[in-house]
Amino acid sequence: MRVGVVTFPGTLDDVDAARAVRLGGNEPVALWHGDHDLLGVDAVILPGGFSYGDYLRCGAISRFSPVMTEVISAAQGGMPVLGICNGFQVLCESHLLPGALLRNNHRKFICRDQALRIENASTPWTSAFTQGQEIVVPLKNGGGQYVADADTIARLEGEGLVVARYLEVNPNGSLNDIAGVTNEAGNVVGLMPHPEHAVEELTGSGTDGLGFFTSLVERAFA
Amino acid sequence: MPRVVVDVMPKPEILDPQGKAVHGALPRLGFSGVTDVRQGKRFELEVAEVTDAVLAEVDKIADTFLANTVIENYTVRVEQ
Repeated sequence: MRVGVVTFPGTLDDVDAARAVRLGGNEPVALWHGDHDLLGVDAVILPGGFSYGDYLRCGAISRFSPVMTEVISAAQGGMPVLGICNGFQVLCESHLLPGALLRNNHRKFICRDQALRIENASTPWTSAFTQGQEIVVPLKNGGGQYVADADTIARLEGEGLVVARYLEVNPNGSLNDIAGVTNEAGNVVGLMPHPEHAVEELTGSGTDGLGFFTSLVERAFA
Repeated sequence: MPRVVVDVMPKPEILDPQGKAVHGALPRLGFSGVTDVRQGKRFELEVAEVTDAVLAEVDKIADTFLANTVIENYTVRVEQ
């Protein structure tokens, strides 16, 4: 599959995300924030970083960039979209995912290898995992505290829309230890930790993140 | 030029880490009478004239862009 990776001004994980796409068996396609064009891709990744300097709110300005008009419309049409870290924030600001991300409750930037449990292995981004599988990938964020009102949290839990949950330690105060969520259709996934940094033995915490990028292939041949 | 002010504040039930940090610094600075601090944002929008249409537009700007109503409340007022 051809997987678009969007670069906003201030994005910093686009190259790693494109590399992970390639290692996962798909073709990465660079997408530019200023273009009203998805170049015919089959899926889109919004990578991590500090788009627009995190001005106003993290992801708030990116959400109105020309490329996001196209991403939002494609996502509503069922295209698989994965937002990692800042990309997760953009997806929440776009209302493609419920809730919001606040600054970490302890007010410090955090960078660590984080244990997660995959709670939903049926999305196009997580189907390479098994339900309940435990993985370790890097986590690095200052604004990763996932919040939503009580009704929304109950709905996410009740409908199995929590995709990944923090294990051992809650690194940022996220409600119910939520590390990632999906929408009702299951095609849009937001994730605060960084699987794209855990795709090769040489660097990172291992290769546990690769499943997020091989899942699309399994889906294509399913 | 008239000015429309939009104040954006975190909702009461939302944890405000920045306000907490400011509050935490007060005793170290010798101020003891403050029991809580909430930090928000103030936007000053210059407009050519204040009409109902302009105020409706500012409200839309605040609702869709300046505030994230999942976590924040906002107020719009005209400052002469």
